[in-house]
Amino acid sequence: MNNPESPEKNERPHIFDNPGNVRRLILGFFVCCALLILTDLIVHRHLTFAEGALPVEGWFGFYAIYGFVACTLIVLGAIPLRKMIMRSEDYYDE
Amino acid sequence: MSEIHPALILLAGGLFLFCLPGTPRRMVSVCLPVLGFLNLLTIAEGTLWHITWGGYELTVLRADRLSMLFGYLFHLAAFLGAIYALHLKDRLQIGTGLIYAGSAVGAVFAGDLITLFIFWELLAITSVFLIWARGGERALRSGMRYLVMHILSGLLLLLGAVFYFLNTKSLAFEHIGLNEGHHYLIFLAFGIKCAFPLLHNWLIDAYPESTPVGTVFLSAFTTKTAVYALARGFAGEELLIYIGAIMTMFPVFFAVIENDLRRVLSYSMINQIGFMVVGIGVGGALGINGAVSHAFNDVIFKGLLFMSMGAVLYRTGRMNATDLGGLYKSMPWTCACCLIGAASISALPLFNAFISKPMVMQGVANMGAVGIWLVLLAASAGVLHHAGVKIPFFTFFAHDSKIRCPEAPLNMRIAMTISAILCVAIGSYPPLLYNLLPYPVDYISYTTTHVVLQLQLVFFGVLAFAALMLTGNYPAERPSVNLDADWIYRRALPNGIRAIVRTGGPLVDAFFNGGKALIRKLIAGIRTQHNNRGLFGRSWLSQSNVLLAIIFLAIYLIYYF
Repeated sequence: MNNPESPEKNERPHIFDNPGNVRRLILGFFVCCALLILTDLIVHRHLTFAEGALPVEGWFGFYAIYGFVACTLIVLGAIPLRKMIMRSEDYYDE
Repeated sequence: MSEIHPALILLAGGLFLFCLPGTPRRMVSVCLPVLGFLNLLTIAEGTLWHITWGGYELTVLRADRLSMLFGYLFHLAAFLGAIYALHLKDRLQIGTGLIYAGSAVGAVFAGDLITLFIFWELLAITSVFLIWARGGERALRSGMRYLVMHILSGLLLLLGAVFYFLNTKSLAFEHIGLNEGHHYLIFLAFGIKCAFPLLHNWLIDAYPESTPVGTVFLSAFTTKTAVYALARGFAGEELLIYIGAIMTMFPVFFAVIENDLRRVLSYSMINQIGFMVVGIGVGGALGINGAVSHAFNDVIFKGLLFMSMGAVLYRTGRMNATDLGGLYKSMPWTCACCLIGAASISALPLFNAFISKPMVMQGVANMGAVGIWLVLLAASAGVLHHAGVKIPFFTFFAHDSKIRCPEAPLNMRIAMTISAILCVAIGSYPPLLYNLLPYPVDYISYTTTHVVLQLQLVFFGVLAFAALMLTGNYPAERPSVNLDADWIYRRALPNGIRAIVRTGGPLVDAFFNGGKALIRKLIAGIRTQHNNRGLFGRSWLSQSNVLLAIIFLAIYLIYYF
């Protein structure tokens, strides 16, 4: 079945074995992000809230920036949490 | 008009599976959910079946739009689970799995609290075998902890039902609300099964310890039955909005640092249930529709994600992010299905969460609850990060773990493919689900605004992940155990009891030792006074006896004079 130490040497190269493909994928993704945020210049978004409750929601790039900042803060927030709660794998087995 | 209770086919059929040998058992196991579903179709909405038991009238069947929706959903989940289990040689998992599914069906059709209680406990008892099926000490202990929590939930429900009956003279399971103290007993019973914060740890603890098949079954029924029960009993309770918001937010932090990928999915499950709980708290047509449609979708995409991780566990024997990676080479089909599940849970347009989660968000926005809405939006970005990116990335891509294994078995691939098709079908054509919802749907998912804002949120969330990865700021996966609320009963309580025993022990010993010493002294004293030299044992002189008699006579005389 699985042979973790020695995958076949003459295995055909897979798509992401080529670093160029990985670069292309990441580049394509960045382009998508840029296009998406630029749609805010063209598309007039309807507000989710009744007028005036959360005006910032209609600003340019609100959702993009919120998504980026929220994800970053969650990951960075998890680092001190890890310091507090991480134990060795056999913590409960003693 | 059918005469068969919707739960009966799965319950009796599940038992029957234990008597069947290999191939017939497999065939029957897939047919049972189909038969159950066909039977369900013959039951008209508005049907009520009553039985009288011990002088009480019980409503064993109440079919309305809410219970029917969950009935359809549970049959679908049982069907997908049965296909996913076809490769199994043992009868325990598929047998208990279908009885467990039948218990969930019974619970959602229960029209009174006692019937609900019976199925509630049956859910606990049948599902624990799916955890124990993994074998070994860890699964055994985890299953025991799971069972204790769920039996406790059942007892709270029973106690709440008794008080409810004493106060209202009715056992009917309708809207309960939180107006009286004893209503909180039922609320808490539902809350345990629904994985409310601090009551959630049975889920994180037990689901990842189960077998690949077991976890797929477990993820579908217990918590969704609880969501149904909350929607029935506590719709529109404001407290649920706050509880739900906490449920969406706290697991995302734990999920970032968790190494066991099925545990990551368990955290994301609490996050998703959080959205449903918020929807129930919002109440009304939009809130309830949002909550139950999201429950429906969650069973499919979370089931799909658990299936893909189960397939990886089945083929590689590993589930830690640190041990996996590069599996897209060996398991491309599983990888593709997992990516569809990931896109679905991230609520990308054309995938099913996109048509359900925004209903909850809109419900919150209509209430003007800006703070809660911002929390939910951040949690949406969070779930995308850990379930949408972390799960597929660390399993199928990232660094090559050099594991080469066969693709998942055919039956697993079929179950995953059907789930993936359903994710896309429901997401692309919302009326498939909207027509089944308890209230008429007055909500349009596909507006330019929704599509654009959701795409921006998702893409920039992924961008944050990519940026942290490329700059090396992403916390590396490490083999570890992360403490959670279960620490209270797995560590603090046992240690506390041991500490009490340690410090209290000497005191107790001293008390008993002192007592024993006192009794020993008494016995020794009595012995010395009764031997031939003691006060009572020695022979006394006759003169002294005469003297004693005279003294007594003198006292007697003086007294009566």
